[in-house]
Amino acid sequence: MISLTSPIKTRAHGWRAGPKLLALCVATMVLFSQNSLAFHAIVFVVVMGLYTLPGLTFLRFGTRRLRGLWPFVTVVLIWHFVTDDTIAGAVISLRLLSAVALANLVTLTTKLSDMTDVVRFLTTPLRRFGLQTLFLELGVALVVRFTPVLTHKGAQLSDAWRARSHKRPKWHVLVPFAVLVIDDAEYVADAIKARGGLER
Amino acid sequence: MERNLTLIALFAALIAALGLIPAFTLAFGVPITAQSLGVMLCGTILGAKRGALAVLLFVLLVAMGLPLLAGGRGGLGVFASPTVGFLIGFPIGAFVTGLMVEKLRIGSLGVTSALAAAVGGILVVYAFGVVGMAVALDKTIPEATLLIVSFIPGDLIKAILAGVVTAALYKARPNSVLSRA
Repeated sequence: MISLTSPIKTRAHGWRAGPKLLALCVATMVLFSQNSLAFHAIVFVVVMGLYTLPGLTFLRFGTRRLRGLWPFVTVVLIWHFVTDDTIAGAVISLRLLSAVALANLVTLTTKLSDMTDVVRFLTTPLRRFGLQTLFLELGVALVVRFTPVLTHKGAQLSDAWRARSHKRPKWHVLVPFAVLVIDDAEYVADAIKARGGLER
Repeated sequence: MERNLTLIALFAALIAALGLIPAFTLAFGVPITAQSLGVMLCGTILGAKRGALAVLLFVLLVAMGLPLLAGGRGGLGVFASPTVGFLIGFPIGAFVTGLMVEKLRIGSLGVTSALAAAVGGILVVYAFGVVGMAVALDKTIPEATLLIVSFIPGDLIKAILAGVVTAALYKARPNSVLSRA
């Protein structure tokens, strides 16, 4: 399973995840509290500057991840152009792009293991109350392991359907897919039990 | 205990897998990309608590930076984008869906599940989705509703499918539908 962490090493890769997330929270709050076009234009340029620091490949990688926002930006700009409030449209669009770009920047420069540590830290109070967070950690590992497995099995079901029919596989594949997922869950549960189970 | 954990984790993986397999195309050519069908199935099959936990685990992994959303999206950027409300609404939608399947007895299980999926997976999820979009794009609630109303027909088809799949699963293996076990 590939995480979204950038393979291009930046200085921010070495920083701790907690402060980065905290800084992101503060930055997002500031972005949403300001309404001046000049402020948002400067912030956007600065954010893009941050992306340029590790090199152009990193910038290209980062801007590619913003592509999903274009429909929203287009709609907002047209909307505000029609309602004769183009400046507000530009502010909203720039704020959106900066906020998402900053959040992506944290994801790009933080390893999955560092994020797991943050989750572990945040769930400390739960452990104080006697709740076992081992479930959460094992659950995360299982999803990471089984997403590619299930994707592969789903593709196999589609192939099996195509081998029998000239039509494309439709929703009919979903029932055996659900059965398959439940069976796998049973097998893994048995395997965990056989290794001593979750009760501590 | 072990079984609950593995079911929750594997259904979270199922939501992810549904977003990654492009081959599934519904009737009328609507692709299952939004993964909302997976969210609905978590509720109708696993029930309220387990269903909501499965979806919550999925959302947590997206936040941690795994590209599990349709189109390989993921990471914290999704939580700053206009679609954030949907992500927050997903676990609650699955909970409501599961609760309705557990408590309601209207007609067959298929009908109940489809209705529950429509209420939980569409009404509840869209309520959060609209608020998220209104905040991110600085629009009023009616304006934000206008922006996403076109996605409802596709989701209605998915709600009906969730009912059909749950009913078929119940017919073949009643014990697997935990919301009614």
